[in-house]
Amino acid sequence: MSGQSSYTPRSGLSKWIDQRLPLPRFINDTMMTFPTPRNLNIWYTFGGILTFCLGVQIITGIVLAMHYVANAGMAFNSVESIMRDVNYGWLVRFIHSTGASMFFLAVYLHMFRGLYYGSYKAPRELIWIIGVLIYLLMMATAFFGYVLPWGQMSFWGATVITSLFSSIDQIVPHLGTAITTWLWGDFAVGDATLNRFFSLHYLLPFIIAGVVGLHIWALHVPGNNNPLGIDVKSPQDTVPFHPYYTVKDAFYLCLYVLLFAVFVFYAPDFFGNPDNYEPANALVTPPDIVPEWYLLPFYAMLRAIPQKLIGVLVLGGAIVTLVFIPWLDTSRVRSCRFRPLMKQFFWAFAVDCLILGYCGSQGVDAVLFGVPLIWLARLGTLYYFGYFWVLMPVIGLIETPKPLPASIAQSVLGDSATAPAE
Amino acid sequence: MRFVTKIILAGLVMAPVAAFAQTAPAISTTRLAPKHEEFAFEGPFGTYDRGALQRGFQVYKEVCSACHNLDHIAFHNMYEPGGPGFTEAQAKAIAAGYQIPADPNDKGETMDEKGVRLTRAGTLADHFPPPFPNEEAARANNSGALPPDLSMIVKARAGGPQYVYSIITGFSAKPPAGFKVTEGKYFNPYFEGWNISMPPPLVANAVTYSDGTKATIEQQAHDVTVFLSWASDPKMEERKRTGLGVLIFLVVLSGLLFLSYRKVWANMH
Repeated sequence: MSGQSSYTPRSGLSKWIDQRLPLPRFINDTMMTFPTPRNLNIWYTFGGILTFCLGVQIITGIVLAMHYVANAGMAFNSVESIMRDVNYGWLVRFIHSTGASMFFLAVYLHMFRGLYYGSYKAPRELIWIIGVLIYLLMMATAFFGYVLPWGQMSFWGATVITSLFSSIDQIVPHLGTAITTWLWGDFAVGDATLNRFFSLHYLLPFIIAGVVGLHIWALHVPGNNNPLGIDVKSPQDTVPFHPYYTVKDAFYLCLYVLLFAVFVFYAPDFFGNPDNYEPANALVTPPDIVPEWYLLPFYAMLRAIPQKLIGVLVLGGAIVTLVFIPWLDTSRVRSCRFRPLMKQFFWAFAVDCLILGYCGSQGVDAVLFGVPLIWLARLGTLYYFGYFWVLMPVIGLIETPKPLPASIAQSVLGDSATAPAE
Repeated sequence: MRFVTKIILAGLVMAPVAAFAQTAPAISTTRLAPKHEEFAFEGPFGTYDRGALQRGFQVYKEVCSACHNLDHIAFHNMYEPGGPGFTEAQAKAIAAGYQIPADPNDKGETMDEKGVRLTRAGTLADHFPPPFPNEEAARANNSGALPPDLSMIVKARAGGPQYVYSIITGFSAKPPAGFKVTEGKYFNPYFEGWNISMPPPLVANAVTYSDGTKATIEQQAHDVTVFLSWASDPKMEERKRTGLGVLIFLVVLSGLLFLSYRKVWANMH
């Protein structure tokens, strides 16, 4: 990738292969000797965890697809048959359904880590933007996947989300409806919709895997950012990826799998909705149509806007905004560890996302302490956009950052006079 | 809070009625929180009580199955591990007690000369046959209401087993003043809207338990809820047992990885 290769083949065979296909060299340079900042903390283990999650979803998904029937009349029963008749089908399906939530939990922690330590700033803008693309693909994949069991929430979730496109009618009459009909392959969500969603649900994870490849490729050019947000200056600042980070990632991955297993075996329906164990019925609308937890903040923004088209634009804007972050942040230092003011707004932003998620989970007319939640959601939406479009550029200009340590090595190896603890 | 919309919807439905009758302060017909019934299968080590499963099956068979399907349960499930614990011979006998629509006979007929559907005895491979041939027949026999399939009911309702138990034991309470039960419906405050189409299903001693357990309404309700919980989640015992092994393995592996991590990084700080 970048820099000089330190690979020297150890056997005649690996030398033979390396001269014809430098795969051993590639593996050595990217996964073994790759110089990695020595001060990466627990929040930097989520990249490996996410790769694991993608692998788990693809493997369990392929097995599920062997037994699943993408037909509106048979899909629900085929999932129940996986749960009851297929050997360990319950295990594969619960890993897959819980895995979606564990995947999103990890991706959110990964993204918040990037935001906190300024990992999107030059020269890592493209890593961040590719990451936003992965996130978008993940949301699409998760949405298609949620439709497949063909329960009540599958059906009505699909109806609500695809109907968002009909709001385009307000700009070009009939265009939105035409797009919706095209997406459905019918005049309502039905068998044709289910079939194409299944096809896309099978396709997108492999596209995600490809884009993840780009994400890691782009990462390996400048190398990792780190909690101090300062550049690597000497070999003393880094350690080889293996064994230092392979063992650290393995340990934290194992803890994450432990949490994963607790949900799979002891609360497999924790992230689900009871209504989705009710077969899809176009004639009965569930009292509340709620998306999965990982989409709730965006759902809250959508509902906070009384005008449908503007609501849809706000929803889209909330995600598109993420692409511009590398240029919205005007700060000279990367890490919030040295940004006393931004640090506070960052945590307020994290809380804001949780509040939006809560608002999205509640009924549309819900009230909290006498305040309609829709107003809380509106405030939350305002802060979400304000954080990126106002606070990020302005605070970067007015804030005085704390002094940065001279180097990573100095910060880690002592000289406590200048280095912050941690 | 998800009930808030339901109240509004109920309100919208009730509003014209209320305006017409000019009566009564508005009553919130949001369902009550389910009763706190405890079940042996709850918790990380919980298992189904075999006695309760078998008694519960009896209640399903003699009472519920008159109207409710048990679509996802096959007769061979009745002797599978983690289930009611019948023997294979008992499961065969249970299956043989049901009549299943037969395949066309040698002459290609599916009806006898009187036009009655030909049937055969159930086998282990069959699922429990529905009480009505189709949804329309089910509605026609139940004043327009469709009795839901019970093999998923515990998973398909918020509140799970406690909800199901509360519904079938929730008929005894008298409606509060000002609430009028809809014609042809029954009062049940654990059901959303309080009007339920199902008549009180259980009567004390309507079933006779062969193990001598006293068949109170509460006992029958508890037993059938255990049976239906199993029907919704027949792999629960296998799942929890496997989970314990997986967790022990992962804890040990985490410990080993932590020690490796400490050793590798020992000289780095």
